[in-house]
Amino acid sequence: MKIRGALVVAVAVIGLGVLLGGLRVNPYIYFAGYVVLQYVVIATAWNVLGGYAGYVNFGTPAFFALGAYTSIALLEAFRAPLPVLILCGGLVAGLLGLGIGYLTLRLKGVFFSIATFALSVVLQTLIINWDYVGGAKGYTLIRPPVPFFRSWAVLLFILMVVLAVVTVLVARTIERSWIGRGLAALRDNEEAAECMGVPTLRLKLFATTISGFFLGVAGAPFPYYVTYVEPSSTFDLNYAVNALAMPMIGGTTTWLGPVIGAVLLGTAQQIATVTISSELNLLIVGVVLVLFVVLAPEGLTGLVRKLRRGRA
Amino acid sequence: MTTAGALLDIDGVTKRFGGFLALDRVSIQVRPGERLGLIGPNGSGKTTLINCVSGALPTDGGRILFEGRDITQLPAHQRTRLGIVRSFQIPKPFVSMTVLENLGIPLEYAAPARSGDAAVGALDILRMIGLESKAHLRPAGLTQIEMRKLELARAMAARPKLLISDEAMAGLSSAEVDDILTILFRLNEQGITIIMIEHIMRAVMRFSERVVVLDAGNRIAEGTPAEIVRNAAVEKAYLGE
Repeated sequence: MKIRGALVVAVAVIGLGVLLGGLRVNPYIYFAGYVVLQYVVIATAWNVLGGYAGYVNFGTPAFFALGAYTSIALLEAFRAPLPVLILCGGLVAGLLGLGIGYLTLRLKGVFFSIATFALSVVLQTLIINWDYVGGAKGYTLIRPPVPFFRSWAVLLFILMVVLAVVTVLVARTIERSWIGRGLAALRDNEEAAECMGVPTLRLKLFATTISGFFLGVAGAPFPYYVTYVEPSSTFDLNYAVNALAMPMIGGTTTWLGPVIGAVLLGTAQQIATVTISSELNLLIVGVVLVLFVVLAPEGLTGLVRKLRRGRA
Repeated sequence: MTTAGALLDIDGVTKRFGGFLALDRVSIQVRPGERLGLIGPNGSGKTTLINCVSGALPTDGGRILFEGRDITQLPAHQRTRLGIVRSFQIPKPFVSMTVLENLGIPLEYAAPARSGDAAVGALDILRMIGLESKAHLRPAGLTQIEMRKLELARAMAARPKLLISDEAMAGLSSAEVDDILTILFRLNEQGITIIMIEHIMRAVMRFSERVVVLDAGNRIAEGTPAEIVRNAAVEKAYLGE
């Protein structure tokens, strides 16, 4: 029953996306919408590991870029179609996720975060020196004529609507299952969770793999979006900061938190980019994040919960 | 040397931390339904031994058998599922969950293999332990004694055959100690074997049928509480020459 309700909402959101795609508005709306939705995917994927399991991943750019560069490699080699790129980008990044899952055996807390950050730097260095995917000078994608839709902007926008909906559905399903409850237990206290029968290693590997998969999925269509991919913007620190800030602002313990955070912060950044300056993005994130950490450490969803409890 | 029919058979277990020998070929057998006290001065290896039995630490030698099965290589969560459950010296509740949800984790992850209805189970356990009225509170709203009770209740929810209680009473008042003792006696009556690690001698001596004494990683004595109190080696370990 509850699952059916969620599916109805999911289909409605996708329908709304298609409807928006049909409107003849300024194409910039679709480009901006793509970025916001991409952040819904990223924040939700990050939160499966960072929020549910409590392992803070600073290496988001590594996973995102791995998705993007897997696409480039497959485009170069086979001219692979977009759905294949998304699936493969996710799988490759998921494998990397499985790898960092084993890191959790030895690294906890801030040391895990540092290791994932280092991973991002290492991977960027590798990509810079790999000429097949463009290396340091970048890769230019010449987009074929757009299938089915009016423009690539509309197609990519609707694609991202679908990806965001799927990611959120998966995260919500995990959160409400025995896996989600086990992850919450190990987030609260890993040793106690293990002693209460929770297979902590297996759950952590699951979380890192799923998280990595969807971060890769977010990055896979990126070459089509920008058409010119180069390492420094693909491994941008922005992804690491936003992936962490958005769930923090929305609230990390439920699926809704990252969605709210991504929509609010993502939209604010897009508006600021157009109206004020593109450099202001990180400043906004920084200020908002500090405010939330101090005033509402459980995010917006936590704040609402607290207010409701206070009134009851 | 192993004894047939032992529930838990710790057979020559050794544990080193670098150059420090924390456990030196320690052997202890625990019979089904027994109340065993494990005592020893600070740093004697009690908690290390418990960590080896529960699977939190790998051993460097020896074997551990549970119901005749070698569990030396099993990860901790699988030992819990077999029925070896421990409580922690410093309570480690799941802070983001209510008391009831805390019990839900072992009920979901450890117990289903053996027991029937899970949802009813949690409230029954809370009722028995006396935490029923706090079922919907978060652990942050509990007092010290309630926290200890939660620790025991959560261990109970894993449906243990062997419960290892690691200093469940440290820092409690004497009335509160009696409170916890009553609970442990009742669990034992239900057929649960209990190993009690404790510094409060009055409690250990009253509770245990048999007491094992560790000192500097060695088993130095074993016997009934009355025998242990008279044992010269134990006196030396605690008080010096």
